[in-house]
Amino acid sequence: MEHIFTDLAALVAGWVSGSPQWVQTLVMGCLYLIGVLTFIFLNCIFLIYLERKVSAYIQQRLGPNRVGPRGILQPVADALKLLGKEDIIPEKADHWVFRLAPIIILVPAIMVFAVIPFGKNMIPVDLNIGVFYFLAVASTTTLAILMGGWSSNNKYALLGSMRAVAQIVSYEVPLAFSILGVVMIAGSLKTSQIVAAQENYWFILLQPLGFLIYFIAATAEVNRAPFDLVEGEQEIIAGPFIEYTGMRFALFYLAEYANLVAVSCLGVTLFLGGWHGPWLPSWLWFLIKVYILIFVFMWTRWTFPRIRIDHFLDFNWKVLLPLALVNILLTGIGLKLYQYITLGVW
Amino acid sequence: MPDSQAVFFWLLAALVIGSALAVVLLKNIVHSALYLFLTFVGVAGLYILLHAEFLAAVQLLIYAGAIAVLIVFAVMLVRRGDIRLSNLYSIHFLPALVVSLVLFALVAVAVGRQLWLGYLAPPPEEPLVSLARNFLGEYVIAFEVAAILLLSAIVGAVLIVRGRRRSAP
Repeated sequence: MEHIFTDLAALVAGWVSGSPQWVQTLVMGCLYLIGVLTFIFLNCIFLIYLERKVSAYIQQRLGPNRVGPRGILQPVADALKLLGKEDIIPEKADHWVFRLAPIIILVPAIMVFAVIPFGKNMIPVDLNIGVFYFLAVASTTTLAILMGGWSSNNKYALLGSMRAVAQIVSYEVPLAFSILGVVMIAGSLKTSQIVAAQENYWFILLQPLGFLIYFIAATAEVNRAPFDLVEGEQEIIAGPFIEYTGMRFALFYLAEYANLVAVSCLGVTLFLGGWHGPWLPSWLWFLIKVYILIFVFMWTRWTFPRIRIDHFLDFNWKVLLPLALVNILLTGIGLKLYQYITLGVW
Repeated sequence: MPDSQAVFFWLLAALVIGSALAVVLLKNIVHSALYLFLTFVGVAGLYILLHAEFLAAVQLLIYAGAIAVLIVFAVMLVRRGDIRLSNLYSIHFLPALVVSLVLFALVAVAVGRQLWLGYLAPPPEEPLVSLARNFLGEYVIAFEVAAILLLSAIVGAVLIVRGRRRSAP
């Protein structure tokens, strides 16, 4: 069970081992891409179901229960419905930008998975700058939301995308700083080495404050309640996605869930020991931890009310950012003290 | 078999130059700003080809993720009249021609004088480590001065945005 995916990759690598180098690179690249895409899509389909069930459970309802046993086939019905919808493009919209936005938002959502260690030796690309790559690619998501909001030629859409920029650009700062503590302890930006450094103890024990800041900032980054001001249904209807219908709307939805999976994967990698765990195969441990984190994200979403945009930005600059800086300072002092105690040198 | 690095170089070069031209030539300023984003991404790709992954990620985070987004943002906020004709050609044709020719000549001379020996050297094993050592070792003063400069710029920006405080009653 442990080696099922690595064996599969080795099998394909064996098939193409005779061909020139660039064919091998291409084939393995495509294989990793297909693996990542399968992971994202399967998780997104399941998350649509899970979100509805969790919200129903929290609100003492039953949730979807008609399509298939316990409503498990509900996402299939949803997808079919979205496929059958008419594709409406507003007459005064900026047509090309409008059409491109839902496609462009998927690109960073898929690219960030390149550095996630899904299990032992199961990392698509072990980049030298791993975590930093994740942040850099994720930061471009804003542009797609902005494109969608502006091109719709709708005041609510424009308001929503303006909120998106304010929110994502400011919450990126504490997000990056909360990760810095982990990077300092692990001494590397490589996700594989960060996981390897957590063999004996998880970084959430050394960085509880860092994890809390990461969790809050990540919730804001993926626009989930209580920080879903970008969409804020009661205020600006659906924000940047207001004019989108059918599959184009579904692509935004998909990207949202892909981002949720991505920040959960990164959270597990950085703070919850990655794929480390006894008895079960490493990739299963990874998946279990990711789903625990996703469940906590959903739990917060359905428990807290949405907060106001000015409170929200104040909270970022006046609470989260100073806390993140203090966390970095304390981590640095702690590291030096540890060094002095164990090695006897400053 | 073609040299894959050369293929990617020419593809990226075409992308960068094409989108940079689009920034200048398009008449809708929002489209220009979006193409500017594409230019930044292409430059990040060129950095990756040069084995400067860290620089590529910085390019993506700062230029594509923050600056391009802020430019698009600012452009959207100041939209007036017909957005389709918001980035028109300048009427000062001759001065613009002279300035751009002089700039081009300067860049061409600078490029021509460079020996490009650095390209042949193998990339460092741990680029991040050497970067950190240089920043916090040999060049620490310059690094800290730049940091203080940025900090004062931020404080200044905050002061300007906050406006004058109302006098106490």
